[in-house]
Formats: sequence, C-alpha cells, structure tokens
Amino acid sequence: MDAQSITTKERLAIPRQQMPSQNPEMRSHNFREVNLGYTAELAQREAQRCLQCKNPACVKGCPVNIKIDKFIKLIADGDFAGAARKIKEDNVLPAVCGRVCPQEDQCEKECVLTKKYTSVAIGNLERFAADYERETGNVELPTVAAPTGKKVAVIGSGPAGLSCANDLVQLGHAVTVFEALHELGGVLMYGIPQFRLPKEIVQAEIEGMKKLGVNFITNAVAGRSITVDELLEEEKFDAIFIGVGAGLPWFMGIPGENLLGVYSANEFLTRVNLMKSYQFPDNDTPVFNCKGKSVAVFGGGNTAMDAVRTAKRLGAEHAYIVYRRSEAEMPARIEEVHHAREEGIEFLMLMNPLEFIGNEAQWLTGATCLRMELGEPDDSGRRRPVPIKDSEFILPIDMAVISIGNGSNPLIKQTTPDIDVSKRDTIVVDITTMATSKENVYAGGDIVTGGATVILAMGAGRTAAAAIHAKMMGTAVVS
Amino acid sequence: MHKIVSAIFLAENIKKIEIEAPRIAKKRKAGQFVMIRVGETGERVPLTIADANPEKGTITLIVQGMGKSTRELNSKEAGDSIHDIVGPLGAPSHIEKFGTAVSIGGGLGAAIAYPTAVALKEAGNYVITINGARSKELVILEEEMRAVSDEAYITTDDGSYGFHGFVTQKLQELIDSGKKIDFVLAIGPIPMMRAIAEVTRPYQIKTVVSLNPIMVDGTGMCGGCRVTVDNQIKFACVDGPEFDAHLVDFKNLSDRNKMYLPEEKQAVETFAHKCNLQKQL
Repeated sequence: MDAQSITTKERLAIPRQQMPSQNPEMRSHNFREVNLGYTAELAQREAQRCLQCKNPACVKGCPVNIKIDKFIKLIADGDFAGAARKIKEDNVLPAVCGRVCPQEDQCEKECVLTKKYTSVAIGNLERFAADYERETGNVELPTVAAPTGKKVAVIGSGPAGLSCANDLVQLGHAVTVFEALHELGGVLMYGIPQFRLPKEIVQAEIEGMKKLGVNFITNAVAGRSITVDELLEEEKFDAIFIGVGAGLPWFMGIPGENLLGVYSANEFLTRVNLMKSYQFPDNDTPVFNCKGKSVAVFGGGNTAMDAVRTAKRLGAEHAYIVYRRSEAEMPARIEEVHHAREEGIEFLMLMNPLEFIGNEAQWLTGATCLRMELGEPDDSGRRRPVPIKDSEFILPIDMAVISIGNGSNPLIKQTTPDIDVSKRDTIVVDITTMATSKENVYAGGDIVTGGATVILAMGAGRTAAAAIHAKMMGTAVVS
Repeated sequence: MHKIVSAIFLAENIKKIEIEAPRIAKKRKAGQFVMIRVGETGERVPLTIADANPEKGTITLIVQGMGKSTRELNSKEAGDSIHDIVGPLGAPSHIEKFGTAVSIGGGLGAAIAYPTAVALKEAGNYVITINGARSKELVILEEEMRAVSDEAYITTDDGSYGFHGFVTQKLQELIDSGKKIDFVLAIGPIPMMRAIAEVTRPYQIKTVVSLNPIMVDGTGMCGGCRVTVDNQIKFACVDGPEFDAHLVDFKNLSDRNKMYLPEEKQAVETFAHKCNLQKQL
C-alpha cells in the first residue's frame, strides 16, 4: 500500500498493532524471547498510524533524539533497511533499545496520538527495523573518518561505553574498550534476561563495532588490572570515558539476609544470564534449584520483574513480587508487569519484610512481613507506606532475591582520588560534557546517575563522545 | 586465552601452575587473587596468586583439586590454555613492620601464606612461618617458606614430619615460650582459621585471616561473597579477602559455603565420568 495515499482519518482508524508474543503458559517454562516481533505487514500497518507531525514531539522525548518520524516513514514506504540506517544515525543499539527502552515514558509519551488515541508503537517499529537489517544480513557499516591519531580508552562495555566508543571510532579516533567481565555488553549480558533481550542480538551489535575498528579487551578491571592514571600516563590515552555502571548491590539490613537461599538480584541474574546456570550442569555455574519451590523477589523495578520471571522459568511453583508500596508506585515498566502477571507471577503489594528466618542448616524458610497501607505523599511524591499495627505474618519461602538497587563500585574512587564523587559515591560530572573533575576524564551512565535506563546511559555516552572529540581536536562541541 | 607455561604436582592432588598473564604479573601484590574460567562453559573460580614473575609475565597458582573446576584445572599440562583470567582482585594484604609476625598456612593455605610471608619479611619483620598439613606427603612450599623465615616450622596431624599436632598447638607453644608476637596471619580451612582466632584472642594479638567465600564476578557486583565481620555485611572481593580474625563470623561463612554442595557433587561425578570415558577411548 502506498503510504501517501491514505488520509489522516484513515490513519487514525488503524488500531495500534499488538506485538505478537509467545503464549504465557509456554513461555513461563522456557528462556526464549517473549516478544516475537512484528511481521513486515504489521510493521507497515503500524507505521501508517504515524501522522508525520511537522514538529515531531516524539524525537524530543528520545534521549538520543532518533529521527523517529523519518524512520517510521521509511517503514511505511517499505524501505526497511533504510529505516534501520536512519535509526543508526543516532542510536548504535537499536535492536536492544527497541526491546528494553521505557518508550511509554519517553518517545511514545510525547506522541500526539497519546491524548485521544494510543501512541504509535515506536519501540516495536524500532525493533522491527533493526531485526530486519540484522536478519537479512543487510547491515551497512557507517563510514569512518580518516584516522586522527588520537587514542581514547572506554572503561566498561555496557550501553554507555558502547555508544561512546561507537561515536568516537566513527570520528576517526582509536578506541579501546576495557571490560571487567569475560563477556562484552555489561548489564545487557549479565543483567537483562535472555527472554527479554537475546544475548545473540547484543553480540551481533558488538561484532558490528569490532568491524568499525573498536578494540575490545575483556577481563580488565578498572582500578585493579588497570588504573585511570596508568591509562593516561603510561598507555598515553588522550581521553578516558568511565562507564562502569552501578556496582555493589544494596541489601535491606534486616536479620537473616546472609541465610542460604538469599540472593542479590545482581547475583541471581548474573548466575542465570551471564553464567547460563539454567543450563547446569552443561554450564558449570549452579543456581538454587527453584523447581517446585516458593521464591520471593523484594522490590518493584524492572530488575525485580526480570528476577521473578527468571525464577518462574526455573520452575518455581510460587514466584512472588513483594513490594512495600502499591502497584501504582512500582517503577517497573507496565509491559513487564503485564507480562509477569500473564506468566503467573503473584504480586504481594503493601508488604514489608522485617526478618528472614531459616532452619538449623541456615537455609531460608520464610520471611516475617508486615502489611502496610498508603499514607501521605513523601519527598518522591509517592504515597508513603505506613505499617499496619499487629499485621505481622510469616511468608513461607525457599529463596529470596533482594532487588532494591545498587550503590557505586568503590574501585575507581579508591584508586583515582582526584575524581570527585557525590555523597552517594556516584561520579560528579558537568552534564553538558560529562567531564569529571579530572582533566581528560569523562563519565556517564549509572556510575553518574545511579541506577537508570539503558537509553539514558547511551545518551550520556554520546554526549561525552562529542565533548571528547571537541576537546581533542580543539573544536567546538557539535551535538 | 592464557598459556600454561609449567604445571607440576607438589603433592597428591595439589598442582603448581604457572600461567602467562603479563598485566597481572606486573600489578599483583601479596594477598590478591584472580578469577579464572578454565573453559568456555566454565564457572568463575577465585584463586589466590601464589607468586608472580613480572619479567617473564607469568603468575603462579597452587591448586587443589576439590570441585569440578579445580580438578579440570589440575588436569591441564604445560602448553594447554586457560580461557579467562582476571585480576589482580581484592585488596592487597596490609603489610607493615609489626615486629614479630607469624604466617600460618594450613594445607593449601601455605600457597597464600607464602607471598604474604615474603612481603612481611621485605617490610623488615622477624618472620615465623608455620606450615601445617595432614601428613608429610601433603606439605607444600617447605623450601620457599624456609627461605623467607627467621624461624620455620612444619606441623603434621599424624606426626609423620615436623611437629606432631595442629598449627594451633605450635602457635600456642610459641606464645607459651614467652615469645612476643605482634601479628598473626592465618590461612587455611575455616575450622583452622577459627581455631587460630581463638588462640590469639586472649592475648589480643592482631590476627588476620583470608576468607574464601563463594564468588561470581569478584569485582563487587554480585554480593555473593558477603561475609559477616563485626556484625556488618562485607564483600570479600572488594573489602577483603583479608579481615580481622577476631571479628569474623566463621559459622556464617562455613554455612554459606555449603550452598551448592549437591550441585558440586553432581558436577564432580559428571566430570569423573567424562574423564573415565576419555581414558577408555
């Protein structure tokens, strides 16, 4: 169908095209991807819903300002590879972002259709274009500028580091990325589960960057294997970008947290995602055998949803989300909560754990919890949960996952004292350039913001790349 | 990939493995460890660096075949490769001139007590080493320990060599002899470290132990290695692995290390089965 030939009225009459997904009962027993992706037909129909606004608000809602209107028009016109190239002008990881971005709070929230209808499914379309390009092998490498002779070290190969490295290599700089783990991708590999973001997709995106000339070094821990000062002074890097992500997981500080069967979300997810313990003993790393057991995840964010859905897939009979506020206050994406509920996750809202209890062998047997009710709004604007008197009870569980966020890893701070950090130990930067207090050292992503999203980290990486380029070349920043 | 330069058995089931790892060899300090992954589907295993040769670009690990991964590592020979090594991790040993310092290694612990003994000697301490094993055949690093010690003792549980008894008894004997001891480092099985802590506690001798909890990443990200020290949660990988022995909750550490016993058993059995099949081929 020719996209030009339909009227606005006809566009408005097209309903938002649903993302096909695996049947909930089936998928709650496997680690394959939940969402199956649009067909070309669904994608084109969805793309036709876009009104092609003169001043597209969606673009401003995107942290990396993808030319959303333009790539959607290309999809509507059937030029899928062209759409992918258009996205890649601004976003190095479209297949990843199309899957894990909170579009409902960003681009889709700004869509003019949102008020009276439902927004264009921008994320689903981004995913479609990126998948089309990768699956058809139609990947066109961007052009790389002539070598500048400048060297940049990027510490961390998560979303912030990858987007920074990608921009810099295209500008002709020699870029080396140092990764602490044995696999590249950071949180995309150890944190986000296979069923939400297949690891092959992450690796395909990284392969593309290798082809552009980015040099990747795994098993290099900043602050231990290499320090920022060594990179600057001994290895003569002209600039450094620190994108090491969030670090130490927080625990709740309640009795019994060291019982056997109590995990941080980071540990549980790392075992399953990065170390593939769901394939034990073919992979060596074990994880608690959830089969037929009751598992509770404490927290209400996306990581909590990832953990609880992972436990379900490992065979948990009961997989609970325990959250001290109500569902309306949960920070997790609506889609994730929706998917979790479809898969049989049990939501225990307004409930706060006081203590973990265990048996003689120190294995977890339950959590003493207190029921809560919502009181007056607190500093965050959300209604404060207040304990209900004498409401204590024991929730019987065999495994617990604490998913209440992360602090900062202390290694950079310990070994590079001249980089200023905040009271929360996050790195302090000038947000227009992501420059730290140390000359030629930049930082972005969760190490600056505390736990946030993939796309915000990518935005920070790009901002830093532009500033690093300008500083090294002695030019003004062009964003 | 990291090439194994040499691999020799020091005692039954205990192998000394020298591996190419130039960056780590240059940077490592006493008390630090590496995480290794033997093969592509391997788990990440923390192992203390026993020695390093910065000029040659190698580090030395001393490995006792316990679980599947350490048995697999011990089956490697010179010329074979290890998939991943990352380090040096953990905070280095706190070394200063204490005066008289006793470095105690129980069993494989000698591999960790040794580099710290070297560092203590370099810092000008009067160094006493106590190297304990179940029997004579299991004593490792005897010559190396002796070379850095002002006094070197061997203890064996069965009396087949050196002092007949436990390292704790030897330490008690030294204290009873009126020797002023300023610092004790004890590394070995958890019951041994706990016992040493109880020997030195009444005399308020500063005592440090190196803990070996289960780890995944080893860089502070997972919290699996959390230990209770002075009633607070500490991460052995970034806050340790060395802690004040008088403040460590050894029971909690010992319990937590049992988390995967059934899985470890299963992995060892599967590995042994595969090895048998390979032998038959």
